[in-house]
Amino acid sequence: MDIPHTVEARPDTGLYNAKVGIWLFLASEVMLFGALFSSYILLRVGAEAWPHGLLSVPIGTFNTVVLITSSITVVLAWASLKLGDLSRFKLYQGCTVLLALTFVAVKSFEYRDKFTHYYVRLQDGTELNGHLAGNPLNWTAANLADTNRVGASITFHPDAAGGEGEGAHGGHAEPIELTAANVAKLESWGPWRSTYLAIYFTLTGLHALHVIGGALVIAYLWGPGSRMWRSDPERFTNRVEVCGLFWHFVDLVWIFLFPVLYLL
Amino acid sequence: MSLKAFHILFILVSIVLAFGFGAWELVAFFDGRQTLDLALGAGSLVAGVALIFYFRAVLKKLKNMSYL
Repeated sequence: MDIPHTVEARPDTGLYNAKVGIWLFLASEVMLFGALFSSYILLRVGAEAWPHGLLSVPIGTFNTVVLITSSITVVLAWASLKLGDLSRFKLYQGCTVLLALTFVAVKSFEYRDKFTHYYVRLQDGTELNGHLAGNPLNWTAANLADTNRVGASITFHPDAAGGEGEGAHGGHAEPIELTAANVAKLESWGPWRSTYLAIYFTLTGLHALHVIGGALVIAYLWGPGSRMWRSDPERFTNRVEVCGLFWHFVDLVWIFLFPVLYLL
Repeated sequence: MSLKAFHILFILVSIVLAFGFGAWELVAFFDGRQTLDLALGAGSLVAGVALIFYFRAVLKKLKNMSYL
């Protein structure tokens, strides 16, 4: 049994079915991300203070360039199929997969940077932000108490600016020694640390999941999925177009996320 | 809306971002005199101009494709 309207347009919609389907899906995605952006706005206008400079603008800029370039390669891949050139399609589609992986790798580097950055409150009430020696991942005060693992103390490198939100990349002040006895609280800059980091991880985490999902589909169409080109080239071209529409949506979300989270 | 139409919209938004980010970075440079701000600002403005040329090339290359 043939699936109807995979290539030719339906008379009532004027489009092939997959295109109607992807736009319905993208409409639901707009509502999902729209709700989260609305949450961001409400949290921000309701906050007494909002941190700035926690994220690296050069790294965010690099990832923005990566995603804009990937949207170009995905269109070039589709245009190559329209011109009947499968080898060029493979080249551009392969570039898109590599760019998607680059984005995810850079994002995971950014995440790791947050989970190795710490807020410390000492017993005398002093509050500091900075890095622990050896950059351990997501420690708490309980890890400091585990003397078998860390010895009597661990070196802490406070941020030069001192306060959270005053710049996480501005170098370090004089290091201090932390022990379980002089630390009241130790917490990494995970989503639990502040409202800003919670909405940052929620928005970028959901976006990164979309990038990974899109990359898997793009890689499938580049690899085993491209066999359809031999049997049904028009349908395969439509699949690539639908995939490209999703990828553009993911890229467009980032175009809004970048200034909102990194600049404003 | 076809991939062509969505791509054109995306490139237009990217051009706005490139010039907006370029201006933001140049303001940051005049405030703090950081060379990195100047490099990012100038790079972003150049990228914006490059995207305009790309936009024109895409319109020409894909002129026979449908917007639907």
